[in-house]
Amino acid sequence: MAAISSHPEGDAMPTPADLPQVLFLSGNEALAIGAAEAGVSIAAAYPGTPSTEIVQKLGSYPRVHAEWSVNEKVALEVALGGSMAGQRSLAAMKHVGLNVASDTLMSAGLTGVGAGFVVAVADDVGFSSSQNEQDSRTWCRFAHLPVLEPADAQEAYLMAREAFDLSERHQVPVLLRMTTRVCHVKRAVRIEPPLPPPPRIEYKKDTTRWIVTPNHVGRRLEVRAARDTALRDEAESSHWNTIEPGADRRLGVIASGPARHAVREALPHAPLLSIGFSGPFPIGLARSFAAGVDAILVVEEADPLIENELRAAGLAVHGRSLLPPFGEIFSEHIARAARALLGEGEPAPAGGKAQAVFTRPPTLCAGCGYLGVYFWLSRMPNAIVCGDIGCYTLGASPPWDAIDVTLAMGAGIGMAGGIAKAMDKEAVKRPVIAVIGDSTFLHSGMQGLLNLTYQRANVTVLLLDNRATAMTGGQDNPATGRDFNGNIAPMRVDFPKLVQALGVRPERIRSTDPYELPTFLKVLREEMKADEPSVIITTRPCVFTPDFERERPLVVEEAKCNGCTNCLDVGCPALLVTRREQRVRPSGTTVELAWVEIDAQLCTGCAICAKACSRGAIVRPVPERRVIKLEPA
Amino acid sequence: MMMNILVVGIGGQGVMTAADVLARVALAAGWDASKTEIAGMSQRGGVVSSQVRIARRVLASEIVPGEVDLLLALEAAEGLRWCHWIAPGGRAIVNTMRAVPPVVSSGRARYPDDPVGDMRRLGVTAQPVDAGGIAVALGDVRLTNTVMLGAAAESLPFEGDALLAQVLQNFAGKEKLRRLNAEAFAAGRAVTSPVAA
Repeated sequence: MAAISSHPEGDAMPTPADLPQVLFLSGNEALAIGAAEAGVSIAAAYPGTPSTEIVQKLGSYPRVHAEWSVNEKVALEVALGGSMAGQRSLAAMKHVGLNVASDTLMSAGLTGVGAGFVVAVADDVGFSSSQNEQDSRTWCRFAHLPVLEPADAQEAYLMAREAFDLSERHQVPVLLRMTTRVCHVKRAVRIEPPLPPPPRIEYKKDTTRWIVTPNHVGRRLEVRAARDTALRDEAESSHWNTIEPGADRRLGVIASGPARHAVREALPHAPLLSIGFSGPFPIGLARSFAAGVDAILVVEEADPLIENELRAAGLAVHGRSLLPPFGEIFSEHIARAARALLGEGEPAPAGGKAQAVFTRPPTLCAGCGYLGVYFWLSRMPNAIVCGDIGCYTLGASPPWDAIDVTLAMGAGIGMAGGIAKAMDKEAVKRPVIAVIGDSTFLHSGMQGLLNLTYQRANVTVLLLDNRATAMTGGQDNPATGRDFNGNIAPMRVDFPKLVQALGVRPERIRSTDPYELPTFLKVLREEMKADEPSVIITTRPCVFTPDFERERPLVVEEAKCNGCTNCLDVGCPALLVTRREQRVRPSGTTVELAWVEIDAQLCTGCAICAKACSRGAIVRPVPERRVIKLEPA
Repeated sequence: MMMNILVVGIGGQGVMTAADVLARVALAAGWDASKTEIAGMSQRGGVVSSQVRIARRVLASEIVPGEVDLLLALEAAEGLRWCHWIAPGGRAIVNTMRAVPPVVSSGRARYPDDPVGDMRRLGVTAQPVDAGGIAVALGDVRLTNTVMLGAAAESLPFEGDALLAQVLQNFAGKEKLRRLNAEAFAAGRAVTSPVAA
């Protein structure tokens, strides 16, 4: 084992010259370091789990321009522009982000690149933090792009070092397809000697290439077809596609991504064709591998793309029908599939039975302004509430259950427009509300609002401005007033002016403090009554931003509390129940009562709960007066 | 030798930091190691877990349920939630502190009365540690994960003192935090192995 750097960031530490440096890195960090070593100059992303740390890490290199773009399409365009102008460039995003960027990606598949251009796309296999599980390798087939699939952090590092060169040699954007298990698993990564600086590429105007009008497209399609052939040849001989012979030839495995390690663990003696350069797929290599084994199991996460290509090429392979249809593939899955193929019996399952323990779903933080918003929305069952993607998606969970639909970034306002038009057909209309955060609004909510005002759709939009892209870790955006590095930004979006420019009448634009429950309700009711689109902007910053001001924690005066549980409807995690009682009212109905205390460690003193309390039982204690005694020296 | 360690708790308790320290000290001691991380929604007060694998060469980073050698639970009910992952002969070290979520406060779910007792009734070798209490007594609940690492010090394939040194590396140049963490580590170590401490 070589020397291990113990620097918590994994950055370079001095080690003896005769030992290769080994760093303990996540796949995202390793990819970023590899890209930096390859000379990347422009790095653009919209934050999204599990991809966020790639550009975050690249921002630590002074020579790299790193940015949080307003959405993934813009990020991809920024990076493609950088490449067109002669700088090695990278765009990073999560799988569903590439859907947003896909229109430009398809054209980039035709134009090709200037300097090396890499799209690092992180598939949330197992959907731990996403609205869907998708296979981004599909884009490689769709847009005719090569795809590299690292199995771990070491490969992410090495592939990032090589991908820009591959991109330049074939004049093509390269997809570096990560998955959650590669992005967020830390491993020892051996750092290689420095690379020579990238070749200097000068921008030259080339309209037949960069202007994809119909008169140019035919020529570009010819170029693309020739490129496909060259890329297939490269995949056939790529050092990322390797055969390990293995002693037990009854079953050979073709595997890509992190599942490759699981294959080796489950079937240490099986012949293994490891696929790292998976698109275009090296069919010839697979044929020669197949000739040496009795049966083949294909192991790949997300969609069975390799499996289907092998079938189409006439190879009899097994795969998805024996493995989980979605989610991560682990060694026990592979062992089970192998036993089924080899006709071996099932061993007794390992481990005990899972115990029934309460669920602990993610929840809004103590002091979050959204608590005030959802306190009221949860009391408006008649309203149809269109949610969006961000921390406020949590309003869909208990105790609020206050959201009817959440689909995709920015989709809530567009949907609300259609729902409002459908309500126009009803005799008794239900009010329509859209809830969206600052970053998501700037990402792709603005267009929906513009459409609402143009179409006169009666929707009340709650623009929850918490001055952060909070769910992904509080990244900055054009509304926070800070840039990528946390410094003062050259501009800050003025939301009232912006929404007015998008067609909302000034009378229908309200800024309110969601901590002030009665005022907030009054404003909400007024705007829901209005017969036109309204925007209510909430003003409390995320508790994790520098703008947030924590106040002294509150306490409950037990003598005043009647156990009504109104405060618990706020849903604040700092409120803890101390006892419960059931009481029968004179009418015969049973009511559940509960008494609470406040966790002083969690409480931020926001006092939303105090405003929900009808008895004035939640109070801010008066600080003890400190007496300072002056003593003679 | 392959050692599987599962560190569990809830967001904000330092589960990831504890797992990171375990993997780094293993690497420094000449082993290979991997550590899983999670991010995103699960951090908002949800269940957090990290898997650390230590071996001459680590292949897959994920632990098969039923093959955990050491479960380090930073919260009591989380210990019970994950204890079926423990291998025969494996053990759990459990912080007895209870973090009660809103789903329990609002009456929609029940917190188990005796999580460590429940684990033992299931046949799990479980060592309770009042890590939260020790940390608070030392002045900061955030020392909990260091107390728990101290409690685990004698159950690992490397020296307890090497683990302590790795913990303290996170506080380079911060003398007060170094001292507090050293005390927290020693207090945790004293619970599980009074002689070594």
